[in-house]
Amino acid sequence: MTALISLRGVQKYYGTYHALRGIDLDIKAGEFFSLLGPSGCGKTTLLRTIAGFEGLSDGTLKIDGKDMSGVPANLRPTNMVFQSYAIFPHLSVAENVAFGLRKSSMSKKEKSAAVKEALDMVGLGGFGGRASHALSGGQRQRVALARALILKPKVLLLDEPLSALDKKMREQMQVELIRLQRQVGITFILVTHDQEEALVMSDRIAVMFEGEIGQMDDPETLYRAPNSRRVAEFIGKMNFLTGVVTTDGGTVSVDVAGLGRAELPASQVPQGTVPGKVSIGIRPETLAILFDGETTQRRVVDATVSEVVYYGDMTYYDVRIAGVESALTISMKNLIGRPVLDVGAKTKVIWDERSLVLLPA
Amino acid sequence: MARFRWGQSEGGRAALLMAPPFAYALLLLAVPLLAIILFSFWTQDFMDVNTTFTLDNYREIITQPIYGLLLQRSLYVSGCVTIVTVLLAYPIAYFVSFHVDPSRKSIWLFLITIPFWTSYLIRVFLWKVILGYNGVVNSGLMGLGVIDEPLTFILYNVNAVIITLAHAFAPFAILPIFVALEKIDRSLLEASQDLGETRLSTFFRVTLPLSMPGLVAAVLIVFIPTIGDYVTPELMGGAGGKLIANMIQTQFLALNNAPLGAALALVAMICVTAISLLFVFLNRRWLRGRS
Repeated sequence: MTALISLRGVQKYYGTYHALRGIDLDIKAGEFFSLLGPSGCGKTTLLRTIAGFEGLSDGTLKIDGKDMSGVPANLRPTNMVFQSYAIFPHLSVAENVAFGLRKSSMSKKEKSAAVKEALDMVGLGGFGGRASHALSGGQRQRVALARALILKPKVLLLDEPLSALDKKMREQMQVELIRLQRQVGITFILVTHDQEEALVMSDRIAVMFEGEIGQMDDPETLYRAPNSRRVAEFIGKMNFLTGVVTTDGGTVSVDVAGLGRAELPASQVPQGTVPGKVSIGIRPETLAILFDGETTQRRVVDATVSEVVYYGDMTYYDVRIAGVESALTISMKNLIGRPVLDVGAKTKVIWDERSLVLLPA
Repeated sequence: MARFRWGQSEGGRAALLMAPPFAYALLLLAVPLLAIILFSFWTQDFMDVNTTFTLDNYREIITQPIYGLLLQRSLYVSGCVTIVTVLLAYPIAYFVSFHVDPSRKSIWLFLITIPFWTSYLIRVFLWKVILGYNGVVNSGLMGLGVIDEPLTFILYNVNAVIITLAHAFAPFAILPIFVALEKIDRSLLEASQDLGETRLSTFFRVTLPLSMPGLVAAVLIVFIPTIGDYVTPELMGGAGGKLIANMIQTQFLALNNAPLGAALALVAMICVTAISLLFVFLNRRWLRGRS
């Protein structure tokens, strides 16, 4: 099956500023795809080149097999939800939604039925007559969605659509966007700087740094097996340690500074791993505190609590381990009967070879 | 009810703050206007003013065709000046707002106001030099061989008045339109194109409706004062280009008939107000009709 959107060697310069440095990307039909990265990484530029607001300096962009060079935004099979929502202030909600239907062959009656259907779909049934300036942020967002989806585009582009909403609203809209995408079956491309949002919503994520794609994978792979330190730093929380890799026949072992030696299962050895110094990542939830009265079969190392952050359902501990340069963060669920340790408490940390993520140094 | 003390309650403070400008406005706007209204119901009795209430002045304005003719011509000239000025100002405002680098916008606005550095009178005289029988336009065109003899329809008639006034009021039209265009969120234009509109249809569906407040302001700012202008028609209009304001001036000064002048001024003011209100009303209806 061919990709719905296909980019090859895409470059973009603004004067001397190199915004996109050779992007190769294939996005399948019906996929929920996210472009994730820190601000200034080129993710919005990439989205705008797909929409047709920015030209390419080099490379090709194909949508549905057709080359898009020289095709203006108004003739592309894409629609966009803008960061500011771009709701026309001089038009009512219904007129905003119907804006793109001017050239359609629908009758007046069909158009108003389509508008009603689109508004119902985003949960704004009965809002058609409202003035657009009287809407809340969340409602404006829904109008922008309805306005784009009513045209049944092949691709819906979303430019940080949730960043202007408060936390609760944002979480609600995340769920609704996923539901909408499954319902309409349109390819969604989401730009976001929020890694949690990308993990929650996407089928696949491209993590971008400085105009390049650092890693492109499904959320779970991205979280479990980041391919570089910068991806590991950007996605979730990660402790970094150093270690030395040794190979003996088919087995790969790593000597982690401060923790000890462990043999790695084959699934955890990235391709191209060579003996020598490496950077090792450990997620806070793959470590554990051994509380008094608990026992474990796994590896244990002595530690001292240096910081405690209590979140209610979780407690985050920073612990010092002899031989480890910086403190390690450990997240623990506050299960029944489990105490919250004090700073300075002596404790034991449980770890496992499956906690270790080998990162190219 | 709480006892009202000056300067202590919020309302009192507001009243105190408002009092000076309010008094100023009353003195400079309301009092002269009331005086004019009063005068228009009196009559001039050779050297004295007869203060018995009468509608004679209005009767004369209605029965003597010269006043109606002048008023019609004034409205025609003001209308033409407004249309010409706004049509020329819009592209300039659009260019400065949309195509000038943001760091250079203020210098462009500054340049637009340069004609205002010289006095109005001097600018009118300059137009005389440009449009005159042996003026810049005629000698230029003759030198190029485009015409054989000087054009006469460009000075001492209504056309000359319209050209001069349109130039004089251009910045007044450019600035409000520019401000309205500046306020338009640029992502709205992208959204329109994203939804299938070309740049041209985006202009008519988004840019123009959103700049309407500026356009209305420009129309009113140009239309209302041009009715009262008497310097330009005096100098540029010739015999056939005199307007109602010239007649008002003549009544007040040359003919020493202030009551008739006052009545004329009031009639002109009522006409302008009526037309302006009608324009604003129609514009609202049109905007609402679209939505």
